Order: sequence, then structure tokens, then C-alpha cells
Amino acid sequence: MSPEKLDLLQGTLDLMVLQTLAAMGSLHGYGIARRIEQVSADEVLLNQGTIYASLVRLEQRGWIASTWGVSGNNRKAKFYSITRAGRRQLAADARYWERLTGVMDRVMAMGKAEGEEPA
Amino acid sequence: MSRLRRMAARVRAFFTKRALDADLEAEIAAHIDMAVDEYVERGMSLAEARRQALLHFGGRDQAKFHHREARGLMNLDILLQDLKYTIRTLRRDPGFTAVAVLILALAIGANIAVFSVVDTLMLRPLPFPAAQQLTWIAPPPSKCGESCATYSTDAYDEFRMYTRSYQDVTGYFAFSGPGNLSLSFGGAPIPATSIDVIANFFNVLGVKPAMGRLFTADDARHGAPPVIVLSDAWWRTQFNADPNIVGKTFDINDQQTTVIGVLPRSFDFGAVFSPGARVDAITPLDLYGPPRDWGNIITMIGRLKPGVTLAQAREDAVQATPHMCWNNKQPGSCGSYKDGVVPTALKDHVSGRLHRALVVLWCAVGMILLIACVNLSNLLLARAAARSKEFAMRGALGAGRARIVRQLLTESLVLSAAGAAVGLVLGGSLVYWLAHQGAVALPLLNSLQIDGSALVWTLLIAVFAAVLFGLVPGLRMAAGNLHETLKDSGPGSGQSRKHERVRSILVISEVALACMLLVGAGLLLRSFMHVLDVDLGFEPARAASMNVDYVPLPSDGNGNSAASRKALLDHRAVYMQQVLDRIRALPGVEAAGITDYLPLGQNRSWGLPFPKGVKPPENLHVQPLVYVVTPGYLRAMGTPLRGRDFSWSDAPDGQQVVIIDRSYARFLAQYAHWPNNDPIGQTIVDGNGPEFHIIGVADNVHEESTDGETGWQIYYASTQQFATGADLVVRTQLPPAALAGSVLSALRAINPKQTAAEFKPIQSLVDHANSPRQFFMLLVASFATLGLLLAALGIYGVISYSVTRQTQEIGIRMALGATASIVEQQVLMGTLRLAVIGVALGAAASLITARLIASLLFDTSPWDPLTYGAISVTLLLVAIFSGYLPARRAARIDPMVALRAN
Repeated sequence: MSPEKLDLLQGTLDLMVLQTLAAMGSLHGYGIARRIEQVSADEVLLNQGTIYASLVRLEQRGWIASTWGVSGNNRKAKFYSITRAGRRQLAADARYWERLTGVMDRVMAMGKAEGEEPA
Repeated sequence: MSRLRRMAARVRAFFTKRALDADLEAEIAAHIDMAVDEYVERGMSLAEARRQALLHFGGRDQAKFHHREARGLMNLDILLQDLKYTIRTLRRDPGFTAVAVLILALAIGANIAVFSVVDTLMLRPLPFPAAQQLTWIAPPPSKCGESCATYSTDAYDEFRMYTRSYQDVTGYFAFSGPGNLSLSFGGAPIPATSIDVIANFFNVLGVKPAMGRLFTADDARHGAPPVIVLSDAWWRTQFNADPNIVGKTFDINDQQTTVIGVLPRSFDFGAVFSPGARVDAITPLDLYGPPRDWGNIITMIGRLKPGVTLAQAREDAVQATPHMCWNNKQPGSCGSYKDGVVPTALKDHVSGRLHRALVVLWCAVGMILLIACVNLSNLLLARAAARSKEFAMRGALGAGRARIVRQLLTESLVLSAAGAAVGLVLGGSLVYWLAHQGAVALPLLNSLQIDGSALVWTLLIAVFAAVLFGLVPGLRMAAGNLHETLKDSGPGSGQSRKHERVRSILVISEVALACMLLVGAGLLLRSFMHVLDVDLGFEPARAASMNVDYVPLPSDGNGNSAASRKALLDHRAVYMQQVLDRIRALPGVEAAGITDYLPLGQNRSWGLPFPKGVKPPENLHVQPLVYVVTPGYLRAMGTPLRGRDFSWSDAPDGQQVVIIDRSYARFLAQYAHWPNNDPIGQTIVDGNGPEFHIIGVADNVHEESTDGETGWQIYYASTQQFATGADLVVRTQLPPAALAGSVLSALRAINPKQTAAEFKPIQSLVDHANSPRQFFMLLVASFATLGLLLAALGIYGVISYSVTRQTQEIGIRMALGATASIVEQQVLMGTLRLAVIGVALGAAASLITARLIASLLFDTSPWDPLTYGAISVTLLLVAIFSGYLPARRAARIDPMVALRAN
């Protein structure tokens, strides 16, 4: 575990939430937050509270839907699930993300490659 | 798509704030409970689990805030919050609020009213469909009155035939005098005014009747049964808005005339074509009847085909002129309209000459708005000084500078909105009042109203004002150094001093603006005084006129034969002599006479009589204006005369006599070789016409305007020439109103059918001619007064504040021996310093800009030293006066009290 946690880039939280819901099906806010923490192996700095702004944003866009239900240990909670529009958006965002990380990888690799080449 | 959806969701969220907040609250509670459950399962104590859960969740309020920001309309939330706060603070300080709203209301109200005037007269198209197609067809301005600005019916016909640019051309008879109708219900006839128009007049303008129908070609046929169309106003006042009026017949000018229609309220002939005059009805012009031989009588109005430009229309007119004859029976008169047929935009004809005055008026109210804003800035700065700690505190608690400026701007906007609301009421009342100034000779005034564009303008200036007066104090306050401000407990420290410098600059600019306004108003006022002082060539005071009805005997014929002509003239002379004898016998009457046209009203010309045996120069577009008058008329008008007046014995078949005015005499004398250049006793002749013997020379009379150049005049004897109408002019020793009854009954004694015409003071003709100048002068002067008041208020505010701020300092000085009068003097000197700088700047700016109003001035230099001097002195006096109260207060400061305070 690194000494300093990663700050989330603008917009990445929304993508994480969408991906989590796509992978896990219906989940409540706490579940989503925990899931992201687990997957990131506690590397991201996530105030769990910020997840709700992301959820309301996604819901207003129609990418996720919510309904009140009862959790595993019998607590009333709001459950979120991804919609069809949400899946489309996720696919598009994922593609974009892959391209971006690909480019970033290549750019960051540039210096190392040069250094390894014989003079 | 999702963007739109999100916006809708945000708006929805804004209105369901409470439910959503509750929902979120429940969700967060569940979240934390679940987290606690998990930590407990992992073996933590309940207290530790709770701590960890809350720690991981992060700031709850922050989460809620982000949630609201993400879901709703944060800006609107803040706005509502600011509004609530603003209204609370303003309520706490009702004195400040009232003064601020009043200042803004006055300024915004004036701006709304003037905008309505400018919009109606200048910006908006004329109130006709596709008004930009309408053109006014007239010769360039010339020095021979309306006869040179009109066309003969033959010329009209040819023009219509030989031009291709127009959908149609129409016109109206330009020489109908006021009171040319006499409506009889059996009793005494009632006077009214109608205009004869060519039958297609309303079609060309695009006016639709409110009731009934308008004219067809058939109505204008020679010998057609008489018909009339009523104006909306006349229909209401004279006919009690009778809904069944159409089809009824009335005795008008001794003819059974059928009402065929009523005009819509939106069309007022007078408002467009003869401002300040009332036109009650419209009648069709008998184009092919007798008017054919009346010469130039028609003004032409054309409607261009779509897409035709004015330049094309001009060329078209030029190619049509060779075909236009003054009279088709006189081939020599063909082509006489060369260079005399020029289409211009009808709107320019109606209001073009007022543009400069309107722009000046607009600038004047703009300056009022600026002064008001400066004043408000000043008031707000004074408040800011008192509130600086409040804002420093808010800053210390985390409010950003933008947030504070935003709060202050909200306050300004609220003030300005309140000012605009009250201003709308003030402006609306002013507009209502202006719209009912029927006697002011300005076009379209009656259609003034607060309409959509005026409302939009109100909104614009309200926002503009708010930003203008709110920004400076806002920025200053937000820029304040926190520590400084919080420490700044006493007066005399840095921040307050800086405030005061800004306020002094504001006051100086206020004084400068007021100075410019006052100089403008002063120049206009002086011009107006000069116009009132103009020697008009007649004496309007204590003279009044009344229309005399006279119908020639049908048995005398139409005047075409010498015998018929003599009979008509003789009978008329006998009748008029009888009228004048009776009038002169009335107690209080000094003199009486009859003319067919009064000065400053309509006019006409009959050609250019020239000294006998001298050939007149070619292409001279100047002719003397013609007046056919009885003996005694000139004396009744108060026009000085050298030589002899007409006499009743100047018979139709005797020697033909004329009186000319001095300027015409001087002109003729250049060409004739008269002994001593004296025209009296000389003979003039117009072409092959009769010879006229000059018997007298009258003073120049201002015939067309009080402030313009005077044209030439020629007077013919009513015993020898046909007159158009008969205006009785009476000079009295009593106020004219006192004589009205006896004059009318004297006329009735001779002619029982005499119309109950108005006994109109000659002064009213002059007032009517001066009314536009007076109108603008009064408006600008009242705005300048308002500016002066605001400036005085500003000075008072600043000096008063600075005295309060320096209470301690003054106390110390007095304790050290300064006397009350020295303290008072010093405060006054401070005031005077601000005022002097302001006046100097304002005067300098006026010197530069006064040229812009030069064209509105009469006989007054835009750099008139007297005006500048008087205004400077006035402003300085007002400044001293405004500084006097605070100065007195300063002088009365008790050193002991002042030193103990704070």
C-alpha cells in the first residue's frame, strides 16, 4: 500500500460506479463504495459520502435507476442498478478510457525507451 | 438528450428539495448503519465501529452539499438565499432604502418616458403596415410656402401614370383650414375640421376602418353624394360613440352628408401629418372637379413596390417630371416641376427634423441615470463603511470574495428592481400626460404608451444601473484587507480615508454631469427666451380670431365671367364690411379686420409679381406668400404699415392695389430702378396678369415659424381678389375670452347660421409654433433640475459623512482653540473644493459637447458665457448650501463630548 492514497480524477468516480453496477448488479450506496475500495485495494482516497453526488448525477442522466429495498442484514436501503442507457454509456466511456490510458502509457514509456537505446 | 433530461431533473429537484433531502438523509443513515454492522462483525466495539464508519464516510454536510450541487440549481439556491438576506437588511434600514429607491425611480422613470418618446418618434416605424414603403413626395424646401410643396391634380395624375416604382400614389388637399366643417343638428352649427383626401388614401396607407367602410373611387366622383369618415375621437365626443352611426346622415356645410365609416383609434391624421392640430373627419377630394383649376393643392404620398429603393424611386420621379404639367390646359406649364419631385421616407418627413432634439433628450436622461447611479454608489459606500466589519467577518468565516461581491450585486439588483417598479409607475404617468398634450406640435405623441419595448428597455437600464452603482462599492468592500478592517475600529484610519477619496471622486463626477445638464438646459432656455423675444411682425397679445362663415350667393355664378366676378366680390365686401362695422362697435374692441390665412398656419403663393418692365431672373424658387385681407386687418394684427391701408372703395374693376412686406420690397428694389428704392406708388405685374399698384409696405411677418427665416408676403385687397376663407381678427383692450360671447352674437345677428367657432387668441398660434421647442426645453430643464437636486444630495451626503468621521479630530482642534467659525469655514471650503473641481470639469466637457446641440439653439452661442457663468454660480451656491448643514453641525461639536466618544 502506498503511503499516499490516489486522488480520484474528475469523472472517474462516475465510471467506477457504472462499472461496479454493471459487474455486480443491484447494489446500495454503501455496497458500491465498499466494492470500489476493495477492488482498488484501498489505494484510492474515497470519502464514501461523495458517492451520493455521483449517484444522483448518474440517475438524473438516466444511466442508473434506484429503488428502496431491504439489505442482507435487514436494513432498509436504496438499491441502484444500471439501465440500458447506462450500459451503452459505460461501453463508450470504457473505450474512451482504454484509448486514453493507451496513449498515456505510450507517452510515459517514451523516455525509458530512449534511455535504453544504445548511444 | 441526456443533457436535456438532466436539466429537467435539476429543475424538478429544485422544487422537491425537502423530499430529496429527507431521502438522502435516510440513505446516509442506512449507509452508516451498514458500515457499523460490518465493523462490529469484524470484532470492533460499537463505539469504535461508529467512529470508523463516520470517518470513512467523510463530511456529512459536505456530502449533502455535493449532492445538492449535483442534483439541483445551486445558483438559484444562492440567489434565493441572497434575496432573503437582502430584503432583511433593506428592511432594517428603511430610510436608506426609501431614498435609494426614490432616486432610482426618478431616474428610471425619466428614462422610460423619454425612451417611449424616442421609440415612438424615431426608432419605431410609422403606425402603418409595411411603413418603410411609404414615401413623401415633395420638392426640396423652398421659400414660397405650401404652394411650392404641393402639386396640381394634373401633375398628380401624370406622376401616377409615368412612374413604375409605386404600388400606388395618393395625397390630400393641403389647404383645409381648421373649422372648415359646420355640423348642424338644427340649432347653432358646430365647427369641426376635415381633410379632403384622394379616394385611395386609406388603401395606400393601409388603414382599415373600425366600423363601416372607407372611400371608394365612386365617392370622389364629381357630383357623388357627399360622404364622410369620422375620426375615432370625434365619433366618441360628438356622436357619443354611437354604434349605429354608419349610414346616418347629417347636415354638414348645408349638405346632407352620410357617415360611411369610423376610423380606428390608431389612425389620427393630425398626429401624423399636421402635429398639434385636431382633424375630426376625412372627406373625399373631388379630384376631377373644380380643384383641377386650383393649381398646386395636393401633397403626394406614395407606397413603393416591395424591393424598390428610394434611390430608384428618385430616378423614376426624375424621368416622370417632364410629363407633369401644372395645368394640362396650359402646355407652357408642362415640365415646370423639374427638380421638384423628390421622394423621401415618409417617416423622415414626419419626425426627421426632431432627431437631433430627441437624441439630446435621450442623452439628458442618460446623464440623469448616471448621476443617480453615482449617487447610489455613494450611498452604498457610506453603508459599506458601516458594514465593512460584517463582510470582514463573513470573509473570515470562509466566504470567498466572489461570493461577497455576488451578495452585494444581489442587493443592488433588488434596489434597482424596486426603483424600476416605482419608476415604471412614474414613467407611465409621464407618458400618459405627454400623450394627452394635444396642443404640442409634435407628431405621434398621441400614440405614446408603455409597450413591450419600453418594458425591455426598463429591464435593461435597471440591470445596467444595478451593475454600475453596485460594482464599485462591491469590489471595494470585497477587496478590503480582513485584518485591517477588523482592526479598523476608529475613524481616521486608512480604509475610511480611501473610502472618502472614492466618494469625493464620485461627487465631483456627479457635479460635473449636473453641470453639463444644466448648461444644456440653460442654453435651450436662453434660446427659448430669444424666440419669445422675436419681433414676429404682429402683436399676438390681446388679439384673437374667429372663423366667419360666408356662403356666396348662388345667383352670382362661379366667378368665371367679369360680371360674376364683380358681383361675387362686391357682395362679399358688403357682407364683410357689415361684419366689421358691428364688431368694431363692440365695447372693448380696438381694431378688427379679416384675412383668409393667419400667420403661422397655412399659406400659399400665387407666383412672383415683378416690377413692370423688368424680366424676373430664371429658376428662382421663391415667391411671396399671399394674404387676401380687408381694410383694417393689418392694424388689428398689429403689423406696422407704411403707406396706406386698403379701403372699401378699392373696387374690383378699379385700380388693382397691393401691399408688400419690407423684405419683398427690398428684393424687388434690386431689380427695379425706383426712386429712393421706395416701392410705394410703383407697379408690379406677374407675367401677363393684371398690373398691381403698390400702396403700402408692411413689416416682415413670421409666417411659417417663429424661429425660422421670414418669407416674403404680399397682401391683396379682399375687395379685388377671391379669398379662400374668412378669419376675423379682433384687437381688444379686454382679455379675448371676455369678448368671445359678444363677437359670436354679433356674427349671429348677421348670419344666424354662423358656426359656434372658437374665439382663438392669436397668442395660441404663436404658442403652437413654439410648442416643440418649449416641450424639449421644459423636459431638459426638469431633468437638469433633477440632476442638480441629486448632485446637492450627493454633496450633502459626502460632507456630512466626512464630518461624522472627523468628529474626534474636530473635537481636538476645538479643544486646542479652533473657533466654531473656523471649523465651519473649513468644512465649507472642503465642499467648495469638490464643487469647483466638478464645475470646472463639467464646464470644460460642456464646451466640447455643446456644439452637438448648436442646431437646437436659436440666436444663442453654444459657448454663451452668460449661461456658463450663471450655471457655475448656481452650482457653487447649491454646493455651499448643501455643505452648510454639515458645516453647522461640525461647528457645534462639543469637544468634551467628541473626545469622550469612542
